[in-house]
Amino acid sequence: MEVTDMTAVELSAAIRDGQVTAVEAAEEMLARIEERDGIYNCYVTVDREGALAQARAVQEKIDAGELTGPLAGVPVAIKDNLCTEGLLTTCASRMLENFVPTYTAEAVMNLRRAGAVILGKTNMDEFAMGSTTETSAYGVTRNPWNPAHVPGGSSGGSAAAVAAGECCFALGSDTGGSIRQPAAYCGMVGMKPTYGTVSRYGLIAYGSSLDQIGPLTKDVTDCAAVLEAISSYDKKDSTSVKRQDTDFTSALVEDVQGLRIGIPNDYLGEGLDAEVRAAVLQAAEELARSGAVVERFDLSLVEYAIPAYYTIAAAEASSNLERFDGIKYGYRTKEYTGLHNMYKKSRSEGFGEEVKRRIMLGSFVLSSGYYDAYYLKALRVKALIKKAFDEAFAKYDVILGPVAPTTAPRLGESLADPIKMYLGDIYTIAVNLAGLPGISLPCGKDRNGLPIGLQLIGDCFQEKKLIRAAYTYEKSRGPFGIGPGTEKQDGRTGGIPS
Amino acid sequence: MSKQYETVIGLEVHVELATKTKIFCGCSTTFGAAPNTQTCPVCSGMPGSLPVLNRKVLEYAIAVGLATNCEITRYAKFDRKNYFYPDNPQNYQISQLYLPICRNGWVEIETKKGGLKRVGIHEIHMEEDAGKLIHDEWEDCSLVDYNRSGVPLIEIVSKPDMRSAEEVIAYLEKLRLLIQYLGASDCKLQEGSMRADVNLSVREVGAKQLGTRTEMKNLNSFKAISRAIAGETERQIDLIEAGERVIQETRRWDDTKGESYAMRSKEDAQDYRYFPDPDLVPVAVSDEMLKKIRAAQPEFRNEKMQRYREEFGIPDYDIEIITESKHMADIFEAATAICGQPKKVSNWLMGETLRLMKERETDAEDLRFSPEHLAKLIWLADKKLITGSVAKEVFEVMFEENVDPERYVEEMGLKTVNDEDSLRKTIAEVIAANPQSVADYRSGKEKAIGFLVGQTMKAMKGKADPAAVNQILREEIVK
Repeated sequence: MEVTDMTAVELSAAIRDGQVTAVEAAEEMLARIEERDGIYNCYVTVDREGALAQARAVQEKIDAGELTGPLAGVPVAIKDNLCTEGLLTTCASRMLENFVPTYTAEAVMNLRRAGAVILGKTNMDEFAMGSTTETSAYGVTRNPWNPAHVPGGSSGGSAAAVAAGECCFALGSDTGGSIRQPAAYCGMVGMKPTYGTVSRYGLIAYGSSLDQIGPLTKDVTDCAAVLEAISSYDKKDSTSVKRQDTDFTSALVEDVQGLRIGIPNDYLGEGLDAEVRAAVLQAAEELARSGAVVERFDLSLVEYAIPAYYTIAAAEASSNLERFDGIKYGYRTKEYTGLHNMYKKSRSEGFGEEVKRRIMLGSFVLSSGYYDAYYLKALRVKALIKKAFDEAFAKYDVILGPVAPTTAPRLGESLADPIKMYLGDIYTIAVNLAGLPGISLPCGKDRNGLPIGLQLIGDCFQEKKLIRAAYTYEKSRGPFGIGPGTEKQDGRTGGIPS
Repeated sequence: MSKQYETVIGLEVHVELATKTKIFCGCSTTFGAAPNTQTCPVCSGMPGSLPVLNRKVLEYAIAVGLATNCEITRYAKFDRKNYFYPDNPQNYQISQLYLPICRNGWVEIETKKGGLKRVGIHEIHMEEDAGKLIHDEWEDCSLVDYNRSGVPLIEIVSKPDMRSAEEVIAYLEKLRLLIQYLGASDCKLQEGSMRADVNLSVREVGAKQLGTRTEMKNLNSFKAISRAIAGETERQIDLIEAGERVIQETRRWDDTKGESYAMRSKEDAQDYRYFPDPDLVPVAVSDEMLKKIRAAQPEFRNEKMQRYREEFGIPDYDIEIITESKHMADIFEAATAICGQPKKVSNWLMGETLRLMKERETDAEDLRFSPEHLAKLIWLADKKLITGSVAKEVFEVMFEENVDPERYVEEMGLKTVNDEDSLRKTIAEVIAANPQSVADYRSGKEKAIGFLVGQTMKAMKGKADPAAVNQILREEIVK
């Protein structure tokens, strides 16, 4: 098997067995990037020299028996909103076109400790605001299953890089579905852990109370292994939670006997594509055949999640993005007269449309006289949504539904109608509002061969139930294949607008 | 002026807390380091950095709240105050608006007439300080130093309960003493570790409604505060008398010109878009924590004065001066504990110490000599190992450099000379050199002996016991 086709667990085993070295693995990945990234544009920055140097150092430790874990020597791609010391970190924004962090995000540090080799930084929607990776200042990323389609977003570069074999796995961040939805569009496995499980230190914040870092992988086994590596209690993040149960790989068990699974009727209603609906319900049947108890129920309040989410996330974003002012780092306008003018021009020129739209929306809902009517009301809705999930989890171990209403849209279709784009987040955002874990994994393809994602949602700290259910389903489903691992391998056929 | 006016004043007092590290990161708070050397990703607003509350800040804030009779909020939160300015690296300040840590307290002040008056405290909240902007005239650019960014502050907001500059100063003195006694801050107005903004309005005596207030900033001394209050009261009365209205605005006091000018009015006031900081978890104050802080509250000034009266038998006036500074009181108690002579310790503090403080324009908080050294100096004088004048000389050096008096006396050869032979030799020389004075004494002019003692002491460089000199001189002259 080619290195580029292997999962992280497979590759690390091959490196341990001496079939391939960490340096060879990195070289093969870099060659794949060279070959394909011109088409897919998964990366903003590729750190060839750095990756090879890391690979050499890691190989020495593997040889010395100091590194034995499932990520040792495995090449990884990091979403470009995670700080990496000495390596450009842009958030896919012109605003940070020259920003080189002085420190590394805790989650990335955890990967480095596990021996993963960082290939580079992946493309994304600017500051993680978007669902298609089209709002990047560094060009769109294309879906490896069909380059005429988006990879989803905001972690689109990470999902596409895994699907295109341009890395073995990747890190993304999920504020309203930004890991799970691109995983679904690219036929990969993506997980947003319980809020507080992975340290946010070094993650350039979008919506601080909703952001979580998580893995994008080729299968559920890798997902568990990566999550196990990146989870840690971190004193530098006040919202970090001390957990004793982060041995997630122990949940890779093929057994759902008696597992109670609920499907919200609200997640199967209007707006859901028929093919997606059918594939998701078929996956539920598969789980039922494996011994799970599957039921339909009413979750309620689903329609209020989107306005609550866009109010809270935009409010936090408007404040989080204030530090980008052209003074300390990042983009500064060329000509200006006085301080106020410099702020105004730097921010007008440095931020893209979608970011500016959300800053304005967020500033509005926090402004004096509107705070109670919008922001506080949204917080109350958030509390009610959490309560609705609490009630559901009294009856069910896992909630099952689609990740997104459709498969990956064509490039250019989404940005024209932002409201429609926001509505596409309907099945993912409630999970962030309630701080719950959610996993996305492929459960079929539509008539055009584009992947369909299945979402499993668990109660807080119940990732293991999700991993067990997802692993069991994955086994019964059989191999799904990664992106262009088919006849369209070079991706140059059709579909790409010139 | 036909009508009688009353001034109504409320204060917003910022106090820099004496923690070793900043409020949301581990950077040092030491003053005076080279620019931007006490910074990290958190206090310089780097992307992706996150704040973590320094528990010591919370403890100090609660301790101040308890000392000022506040209710302690058991579930407090931090909020972001959003505004753009380069000294503020995140462009929001982490502060408290909705659930501040302390509320509804009061302190008692003495009024001019000798009575007691309560000044209400609306709230106390915790927040971070901003960095410092330096304008480089030469290069025509502004530079920013983030060493101060993230230094912990509490803001104590009073109710509009004060009516004069005297009351304002009494209130500030009271706060300063309480906080110094807690060790929560050194509260130096000049150095900015205590800063007061004055909210002031005037109204006709007897009026129920408050007038429109202004907020005065940049007040760096008690004198400046007094002058600003007088100036602003006059300005507002003049406006009202002229039929104009007072505009609600922030004004900056220029103490050298003795006038203020408007900085910004309420009309163009910023909307700070306060909201709870999602990076910080709410602060839960447990019964246990509260109990612990309450138990650790120090003896405050009134209790201390009472105890001094009972324990030490020194004059009330001395007690008042000594307890006015926690630091001086600490020196007094420690030195007394060693030498067991409260009156003598007090004399050194009331005499030489105050004199030198006045001369050097220093604060009681800056006293550097250790109580051990003061006790030793007293012992040296008691044992007549040094003379009174030498003791004063040594003390002055102790005041400057906190030297060990015993070692200093030794090294400088300042010990009293009790060797009678050398004393008689010197006296013989003095007698020979001053025949006129000797003759005067012999002819009955008693005063002349004083001059001769002085001359001998001078020749002995002060190291002789004046009583012994006096005695031997008389003997030698009569011979």
